[in-house]
Amino acid sequence: MVLQGEWTLAAIGLAYPRLRARLEQHCDRLDLEWDLSGVDALDSVGALMLWRAWERRMPGRVRMRPDQAPVFERIRLAEEKGVLRKAPRSPFEWLMAIGDLAFKAGRNLREITILVGQLLLDLGHILRHPGDMPWRETSANLYKSGVRAMPVTALVGFLIGVVLSYLSALQLKSFGADVYIINILGIGIIRELGPVLVAVLVAGRSGSAMTAQLGVMRVTEEIDALAVMGVSRTLRLVFPKVLALALAVPLLVLWTSFVAIIGGMVSARFQLDISYAFFIDTLPKVVPVANLWIALFKGFTFGILVALIASHFGLQVKPNTESLSANTTSSVVTAITIVILVDAIYAIATRRIGMPT
Amino acid sequence: MTMGESPAIQVERLSMRFGRQWVLRELDFTVDKGEVVALVGGSGSGKTTLLRAIIGLLRPTQGHVRLFGEPLFSGDAKRDRLLRRRVGMLFQHGALFSAFNVYENVAFPLRELKVLDEDLIRDLVRLKLSMVELLPRHAWLMPAELSGGMMKRAALARALSLEPELLLLDEPTTGLDPDRSESFVHLIRSLRDELELTVVLVTHDLETLGALATRVAVLAEQRILAFGTLDEVMGADHPFVHNFFRTGRSQRALQRAEQ
Ligand SMILES: Nc1ncnc2c1ncn2[C@@H]1O[C@H](COP(=O)(O)OP(=O)(O)OP(=O)(O)O)[C@@H](O)[C@H]1O
Ligand SMILES: [Mg+2]
Repeated sequence: MVLQGEWTLAAIGLAYPRLRARLEQHCDRLDLEWDLSGVDALDSVGALMLWRAWERRMPGRVRMRPDQAPVFERIRLAEEKGVLRKAPRSPFEWLMAIGDLAFKAGRNLREITILVGQLLLDLGHILRHPGDMPWRETSANLYKSGVRAMPVTALVGFLIGVVLSYLSALQLKSFGADVYIINILGIGIIRELGPVLVAVLVAGRSGSAMTAQLGVMRVTEEIDALAVMGVSRTLRLVFPKVLALALAVPLLVLWTSFVAIIGGMVSARFQLDISYAFFIDTLPKVVPVANLWIALFKGFTFGILVALIASHFGLQVKPNTESLSANTTSSVVTAITIVILVDAIYAIATRRIGMPT
Repeated sequence: MTMGESPAIQVERLSMRFGRQWVLRELDFTVDKGEVVALVGGSGSGKTTLLRAIIGLLRPTQGHVRLFGEPLFSGDAKRDRLLRRRVGMLFQHGALFSAFNVYENVAFPLRELKVLDEDLIRDLVRLKLSMVELLPRHAWLMPAELSGGMMKRAALARALSLEPELLLLDEPTTGLDPDRSESFVHLIRSLRDELELTVVLVTHDLETLGALATRVAVLAEQRILAFGTLDEVMGADHPFVHNFFRTGRSQRALQRAEQ
């Protein structure tokens, strides 16, 4: 068997399956003499093809140039080191997956608790040493997740207000209960929709950004660098985020509810002929001021929850891109779920407060 | 492989600018096939930038780059891709895909060809890992679980996986112990002898340089200041060359390399 031409990956290319089939036809002929001396170039792909056709050993009779020997030597050496085999899969993998999930949930809960504890310690530290307060980070976060979120929350709030008002007006008209539009919008938006809407938007907007930021800092070992410098990562990275959202979210709730009610008011004016003056005059009479306090309190806690969850998942990122994207997703999904869960708890706890009598 | 007339790398009047800072200016650089060129220069002098321009990751601000006689940006995406496949690059920081384990990292470019079967790919990966002295059990580790030197070697295995004709290595031996540097030198040498491989390596490691380089290029003041055999370059009269090659430590390292 005399081989010629270039036996390289570039030259073989698409001809690979054909060439392999032709080599296989000859592989059981032990008496064959192989002559490689006419081969112009031989790289490891070409050599491995031959090696496999020779059933992984040098054939009895082979002629090759001295410069062709090393590649076969390397192949033989690689073979001696053992095979590449993955650890066998266990038949109980599904069971282990369920167990893993339970452990993971438990671990997340524990880590978040530790984080909260650490933040409380940080708070104590700052009260004693006000000079260590991370002002710059807090103000940067306040701007990024508060001020910069104003346009989008206003837009969404306004549209929700219009839609809610429009749909309610259709129903109310048929009962002749037009003025109740103010009660519905007032209570619905201020007490319920405003805080949840803002929390969901902030979780998607700032929560994901916070997780990604902390995650990349994990990947690039920046967090380790901070630790080496003796800077507390919770104090410098997590605390400003929690503080910023604790301040920004209640304010955003006020802002969004305000715009949403304007949207509802405009819609009511066109649908039900309720004048702006009447609307504004009636609103405080039918919506007790306690609702506003509830909304602010909700905003405050939702902000803290979103920042905590975002920071927690950001710090859990392992140094690879897969983990970064998984944790960012988890952060947003968990934050939204928890916000809605907590909102339900608030609804039950405050059911006797702030309702018009 | 027929002896080509056109050089492997041909850089003509290349200028690179980042913002307002010129990193390279009117730089000419030609590397013939089968050469091993060591590129030396101070930190921040633009060595990595030059390599990135050669492989086409950065578009030159001015000037051209030709590989194997073909222009790098021909306008034909398919041709550009085929041309790039003939070049392997080892990045300074490894640039392994962090979501893949070592095996998948090395197998990735081979699988992308879509012609090789998985059995052959497995054999090839084993061969490449053995060439860079990684053990079979390292194949299943994630990049984050590797030591700095192991990461370098895994990245080298990936750079070698497509059987490149031109190999660009950005500091291949930093982070390797002397023993591993030694076997790296052997590996590159034998690849060059067998396949007429062309290599450009950025290095600060004089022992590797002395043992491997057929020519040395000195990058300073935004251009190739001296280019020739080690002896020729050492004769050049420039402060960088003095400091780099003629201190006592450098001399001893070069002597070791000669042995
Ligand atoms: N993407 C970029 N944007 C702006 N400036 C850059 C960029 N990449 C490199 N530079 C600048 O170009 C100069 C050369 O950088 P380069 O990475 O090529 O240096 P180097 O010679 O490889 O150094 P080292 O030996 O330290 O790796 C540096 O001053 C660097 O700041
Ligand atoms: Mg560099």
